[in-house]
Amino acid sequence: MSSQNIVSPNMEVEIAGVKMKNPVLTSSGTFGSGMEYAEFMDLSRLGAVTTKGIADVPWPGNGTPRVCEVPSGMLNCIGLQNPGVDVFLEKDLPFLRTQDTRVFVNIAGHEPDEYYRVIERLAGVPGIDLLEINVSCPNVKAGGLSLGTDPKVLEEVTRECKKRATQPVMIKLTPNVTDIKVLARACEAGGADAISLINTLTGMKIDVERQTFVLANKTGGLSGPAIHPVAVRLVYEAAQAVSIPIVGMGGIATWEDAVEMMLAGADAVSVGMASFVNPTAAVEIVDGIREYLIRHNIDDVRKLTGAVH
Amino acid sequence: MKRKETARVISQNEIAAGIMSLRLAVTFTDEMKAGQFVSLFSKDGSRLLPRPISVCETNREEGTIRLVYRIAGTGTKEFSMLQPGDTVEVLGPQGNGFPLEECTGRRVLLIGGGIGIPPMLSCAKGFAELPEEKRPAAVAFAAGYRSDDTYLLEELQEQAPVYVSSDDGAIGTHGTVLDAMKANNAEADVIFACGPKPMLRALKAYAQENGIDCWLSMEERMACGVGVCLGCVTKTAETDGHSHVKNARVCCDGPVFRAEKLDLS
Repeated sequence: MSSQNIVSPNMEVEIAGVKMKNPVLTSSGTFGSGMEYAEFMDLSRLGAVTTKGIADVPWPGNGTPRVCEVPSGMLNCIGLQNPGVDVFLEKDLPFLRTQDTRVFVNIAGHEPDEYYRVIERLAGVPGIDLLEINVSCPNVKAGGLSLGTDPKVLEEVTRECKKRATQPVMIKLTPNVTDIKVLARACEAGGADAISLINTLTGMKIDVERQTFVLANKTGGLSGPAIHPVAVRLVYEAAQAVSIPIVGMGGIATWEDAVEMMLAGADAVSVGMASFVNPTAAVEIVDGIREYLIRHNIDDVRKLTGAVH
Repeated sequence: MKRKETARVISQNEIAAGIMSLRLAVTFTDEMKAGQFVSLFSKDGSRLLPRPISVCETNREEGTIRLVYRIAGTGTKEFSMLQPGDTVEVLGPQGNGFPLEECTGRRVLLIGGGIGIPPMLSCAKGFAELPEEKRPAAVAFAAGYRSDDTYLLEELQEQAPVYVSSDDGAIGTHGTVLDAMKANNAEADVIFACGPKPMLRALKAYAQENGIDCWLSMEERMACGVGVCLGCVTKTAETDGHSHVKNARVCCDGPVFRAEKLDLS
C-alpha cells in the first residue's frame, strides 16, 4: 500500500464485458423494474438494476399468503408473478433505459423452451445489458430449481441459452445443492459469461396455534441477513471453482456485508430484501464501500475480489 | 423524494385489552388521505419487515397521526411499549385511501369490523374536512366488535350514528355488522368497509343486491409495502392494469378497491 491517501478510489467494475459505475446492483424480485424505488433514490447511482423474473407469457404466481417474516429474514412464495415479456418490453424497459444504470433482465420459465423463447424475444433489443437466467426458483414446480441442480442439464441449458442470446448470459444458482462447485463449473463449461448466487434457501414456517402452514405454497424461499453467512461460504467456494465473474448476493444489508462478499470472491454484489427494510439500502452500500476503500487506502474496488486470506 | 423518517411518539395508551392508540409526529400529514396506512419498523434487527398499520386520525395542524392497532405479535408488542418522546421509523403515507369525493350529496355507511374500525373514523373526519358542498348527505357507521370491548365507539358516536354488533351479543345486535344494519334499517348509497374477509365478502354481495356503490379495504401479509415484491396481492375479477394477471397489489394498488373489482370467492 502506498502511504498517499486515496481520495477517489476506482469504483468501476466489469461483469461479462458490461462496465458498471460501481459493483452494487439490486436483486431480481426485490426491486420490480425500479419504478417504485425511483421515488426514493436516483437509480443512476446503482451499478445495475436486475428486473423481476420475466417469462414468455404473464404468470399469475401462487396464492396468498405469499410472504412471512422469520428471525432476521423472510420467506416468500411469490411464484414468479410477472406480466410477461411483451408487457416488459412495452412498459418496463423504456423506463429503465432512461435511468442511466445498467439493465440486467432476469428470465424465468417452467421448462427450457420457455426460457429460450424469452431470450429469443430479447435478442438484439437495445438497452438490455445482460440476461440473468433464473434456474433456481424454489417456488415454481417443474422448472426453476430442478434445472439448476443437475449439472448435466444445467450445462446443456446454459449452452442453449448462449446460442440464442445476443447479450451476455449470467446463470443464477441455487444454494439448495450438495456441492456448488459442480454447478458453477457446469455453467462455465456451458459457456456462461458469469454466475450469480445465491438464490433463496428453501424453508418452511408453521403456525403452531392454527397447526397449519403460514405460506400458501407450504414452502418458501428464505432471504435476508439470516442467510448471509451461507451465501458468503457458497460464493467463496464457487470462486475457487471457476474463473468467470461472480455476482454475490444473499442477505447483503450493509456495506460490511458487501465488502465481505467481495472478499469472499464476488466481482459485484446484489442487494435484495434489504431494500424492503430500507429503500435506500443499495445506494448507502455504494457510499459505504467507497468510504471503506478510502479508509483502507485501497485505490480500486476490484482489489477486494477474493482478497481474503 | 419519498423517504423513511424518524417519527416522535407524542402519546400512547391502551384503549381496550390489547388495543393501542399511538400518536406520532410525522412530516407528511398534509398528504394523508382517509384509509391510507403507514409502515412502522421495529428496532430489533431480527424483525425486519415493516408493519403496515392503518391511520385512524390525522391532525394536520399539529402534524400528527394516530394509529389504533391490535397487539398481534412481537412487532406490535414492541410498538406498544413506546413512550412519549421515543422514536420509531415510519414510511408513509402508503396506499390509495377511500374515495371521499364519491360521496358528495349521498348517504354513506362506514363499516368496520374489529381492527378495521379505526380507518372508518378517519373517513368520517375526512368528510368533516371537506367544504360543505362536497360532503355526504348523511353518514352512519356500522361497527362490529368481538364482545363489549368497544374501543373508539364513543368517538364514532361523536361523528355519526353507530349500528353496533358483537360476536357474542354482549353489546348491540348479536351477530355481524350486516345483522346490525338490517336490525336498524340502515340505508346507504355508498359503502366504505374494512374488516375480516368474510365480512367484506358478505358486504360485497349485499351491496350488489341493493345497488350500492361499495369500496373495500383489503388486508394481506405484506413485505416491501411499496409494490415491488408482489407479496400482498389480492385476486381481481378482471386482468389488472399493472400486473396483467388477475392480481392487484394491496399495498399500492389498494388497500381500497371497488368491490366489483375484487374476486373474494
